[in-house]
Amino acid sequence: MLAQTQVKANDGKGGTKGEPKPAKQSTTPASTSAQQTRPATFQAGIAGAAVTEDQIAEVKRLVPADQPGQLPLNPELKSIGRPVHRIDGPFKTTGRARYTADVYLPGMLYAAMVSSGVPHARIRSIDTSKAQAYPGVKGVYVLEHLSDVAEVKDKSKELPSKYPIVRFAGQPIAGIAATTQAAAFEAAKLVEIDYEQLPFVTTVEEARRPNAPAVYPAPAVMGGSAGGGGGAANVPQKGNVRGPAIGPRGAEKGSTEKGFAGADAVVEGDFRTQIETHSALETHGVVADWKPDMLTVYASTQGTSTVRDEMAEVFSIPKSRVRVITEYMGGGFGAKFGAGNFGVVAAALSKQTGAPVKLMLTRKDEHLSVGNRPDARIHLKAGAKKDGTLTALHLVSYGTAGVGTGAGTAGPTQNMYKCENVLTEEYDVFINAGPASAMRAPGHPQGCFALEQTIDDLAEKIGMDPLEFRDKMDEHPARREERRIGAQMANWSARHRPGADPGPIKHGLGVAQAVWYRIGNMDSAAEVRITRDGSVELLSGVQDIGGGIRTVLAQIVAEELGLRPQDVSVRIGDTNFPQGPPSGGSMTTNSITPAARDASYRAKQQFLEQVAPLLNTTPDQIELSGGRVSAKNSSDSLTFRQAASRMKTDEVAARASRAEDYDSDSDARGSRRRSRMVTYGGVQFAQVSVDTETGVVRVEKVWAVHDCGRPMNPLLLESQINGGIIQGLSYALFENRVLERNYGLMLNANLEQYKIAGSRETPEIKVHVIEQYYGLSSTDAGGIGEPAKIPTAAAIANAFYNATGVRIREIPMRPAIVLAALGKSKGMSA
Amino acid sequence: MRDKPSQRSPSPPSPEMPKHGTTRRGFLKSAGVISAGTAGLEVLHGVSVAEDEAQARVAGPGKIPLKLDINGQVHSLSVEPRATLAETLRDELHLTGTKVVCDRGSCSACTVMLDKTPVCSCMTLAVDVGDRKITTIEGLAQGDNLHPVQAAFIAHDGLQCGFCTSGMIMSCAALLERNPHPTRDDVKTAISGNICRCGTYPKVFDAVLAASESRGT
Repeated sequence: MLAQTQVKANDGKGGTKGEPKPAKQSTTPASTSAQQTRPATFQAGIAGAAVTEDQIAEVKRLVPADQPGQLPLNPELKSIGRPVHRIDGPFKTTGRARYTADVYLPGMLYAAMVSSGVPHARIRSIDTSKAQAYPGVKGVYVLEHLSDVAEVKDKSKELPSKYPIVRFAGQPIAGIAATTQAAAFEAAKLVEIDYEQLPFVTTVEEARRPNAPAVYPAPAVMGGSAGGGGGAANVPQKGNVRGPAIGPRGAEKGSTEKGFAGADAVVEGDFRTQIETHSALETHGVVADWKPDMLTVYASTQGTSTVRDEMAEVFSIPKSRVRVITEYMGGGFGAKFGAGNFGVVAAALSKQTGAPVKLMLTRKDEHLSVGNRPDARIHLKAGAKKDGTLTALHLVSYGTAGVGTGAGTAGPTQNMYKCENVLTEEYDVFINAGPASAMRAPGHPQGCFALEQTIDDLAEKIGMDPLEFRDKMDEHPARREERRIGAQMANWSARHRPGADPGPIKHGLGVAQAVWYRIGNMDSAAEVRITRDGSVELLSGVQDIGGGIRTVLAQIVAEELGLRPQDVSVRIGDTNFPQGPPSGGSMTTNSITPAARDASYRAKQQFLEQVAPLLNTTPDQIELSGGRVSAKNSSDSLTFRQAASRMKTDEVAARASRAEDYDSDSDARGSRRRSRMVTYGGVQFAQVSVDTETGVVRVEKVWAVHDCGRPMNPLLLESQINGGIIQGLSYALFENRVLERNYGLMLNANLEQYKIAGSRETPEIKVHVIEQYYGLSSTDAGGIGEPAKIPTAAAIANAFYNATGVRIREIPMRPAIVLAALGKSKGMSA
Repeated sequence: MRDKPSQRSPSPPSPEMPKHGTTRRGFLKSAGVISAGTAGLEVLHGVSVAEDEAQARVAGPGKIPLKLDINGQVHSLSVEPRATLAETLRDELHLTGTKVVCDRGSCSACTVMLDKTPVCSCMTLAVDVGDRKITTIEGLAQGDNLHPVQAAFIAHDGLQCGFCTSGMIMSCAALLERNPHPTRDDVKTAISGNICRCGTYPKVFDAVLAASESRGT
């Protein structure tokens, strides 16, 4: 059952805006599905694993009768598992790929947002008359409700106000539509807003004080998105502090008190991470085209279906009258799931003016108003025995998601290592700053930064090698194999002792690992069509956010029909097609690829029934390979196109939805535990240099070994892993939202002062992806987006320690922070 | 437009004036600059603009006629003097391969070539282009034959979401124009201004080095 194979870091955080609600639950009783299943043999395990019990062996699964069963292992396949070039490469490299920002419709108007210039206020009045009168202006819309922020639970306790209370500088207030973009921007400046300013607070430290200005007058909560994040629903709130959310699973596991008492060594430390903004290159935006019978929205989104659902909800129209199109989109990283306040403004302006309206956020608005990764202050205490048994973990974490919630960091502490006694206490602190949203592995890079440094400290204290210690605590077959392979790649055994380099520039090697979860979405469907001219197409609402699912879908259809990926037309990113999953939580590939394979399989069955008589044989005696349709045990054969041309109907087509993960109860090898708690992850090694005189840290090399089930396309996987590492490096060394304390404004809402790693900071990266099969779906594929980013900052921090002999417990590792850490350490030892 | 030296208008009309002080971009957009065909980018630095007061001439704020040679085709346009080249390409001509990301010259996503020099089209006023030939991502391929850099980007997967790709390819193609045999470090330098949030840099390095080899000597 899929629901049981999904482990989320923080259960109960999923009150998801716009996310299809039944997505993660099976509605079919097990007994019913059991009647329609057949037993099948699957190969499961890790290809070439060093540990015998982890190697590939047979397992038994119950497979729905209308499903194809297991794909052969990758080496036996022609398309899946191969480094197939991105099929949209020719479009993206020639400028022909049309993104939302590139949509121009006849009569289209351009819109601009009007945002708050103050961090906390009640709006007395809004005068739009001057804006309305500006030449070219066609429409003005003032937001009646603000979404994507926390809301006071008891509505009667919210401050009385005609307009939404302003709680951060940059909060969306209104929108202007005009005949040119320039006119819209100019008119936006003419909107006069009379604010009754309220006291505000911009740092976690100040917000936690008893007399701090209240960001909300009463307890408030915000749900997560399809990409995760959000805050637990039922936790106490006092002042600006919400929490604790106790874990794992709502309560302490075992007794940490006893665990620490029984430890041979105990370490603890305080860690601090900063606010990171998503900074996707294409800003959030839509082109909304309101027609009486249909609202069409071109959206830069990670979820065509989630945008459709929210638009339908906000405007009280049936989902069937909302169409969302995302042919290409320029990055999201977790921030782009819902309609967005800007999207509502654009649709309302289109409705008002009767013309299509384009509204792309400015770079500044993008930084301020549509999400970020919360910061964190983590106190982590860990105890272990000399034999490497982890006896207790206790995490207390405070962080801010601005006017949102979702600053939890406990995922890695709860799920990475075997430990009998675990307690996590997570607090969200409200401040007057833009709301967080899910960002590439919510909570995990932060939590990993604290956990993996603590684990290294503990290893040192019990006198054990960090990798050996992890082998004792973590029996996950993939991670174990990854540590082994990575240690060879990075030449771990040659690692010097901490601070051993004699000169001022010191080198070091460090390791950290990631844990992420097998998350699937059952509302994932695809249709495959074979037409009489021999052309083949796949249709699905799923969107390609850069991971390359468009290409992977072509590979799947090609594999099933014996064609080449370029022979398959993949049409995705449109809610007119069968519903696709939102792309968040690394769920896209796991969710949609089995549906695509099943649809291909069913279309193939129909096709074979029509062409079998042409070859004087039966469907089960036909082989599709190399673009040919051949009878087994005979020399009769046709090209695929010849066979298609003789179909009785002009088209055969089949649709499939994601089936539940296969029931593994009959598994005799005891891998039931594995299928119940499938995690994906990886182990990364970083080599850094630290200039102890200037405080400049450089990452020279990174070795990354990852698992994601069956690798579907090693070329695309490597790209995405590179990307996770570079984002992780950028997070560790540079990125930081700087909020000004006296006015509550972001000082670096641009791309030159909000520093993101570039070509010059890119290290040499070596990637290895292990091939692992679980026998859980018809493709057995998982995701890589999140795990690739999780451990990088922690690995760099551990390498920093190996270089200098000093712990760096704060990121970004800017020179000032580095020099302070080095100086502080000297002071302490003196 | 080419018969007079560059000059900027003495006082921008009020609607274009930024409300809270003058930003770099606000200055650019409101300045109403026109230039001699050869003046090029120097007006952006505000160096030469005041030197020829005697021949001062004001353009705008209304639209003015303009000819641009884009990808080998001359377009007759009418644009406001404050319009950037990026806006003109996209909004007027719907040549949307050129992307606008930061809109202030800090990410290079909007890179096009003026003659063979890569420039940020968001920091170049359309009226400043003069008779230089503009090459955008749409004009890089010769018909169906991709430029070697484009082909190498596909072969080496030098792209993910694709939004930085146009600018990245233009920077790399310009590099090969001025240095047919770059080292890896040369490539890093050439794209040091191109931001990619997906993290495609390592594969861009591979792609450009491969393209350099495929072009031969």
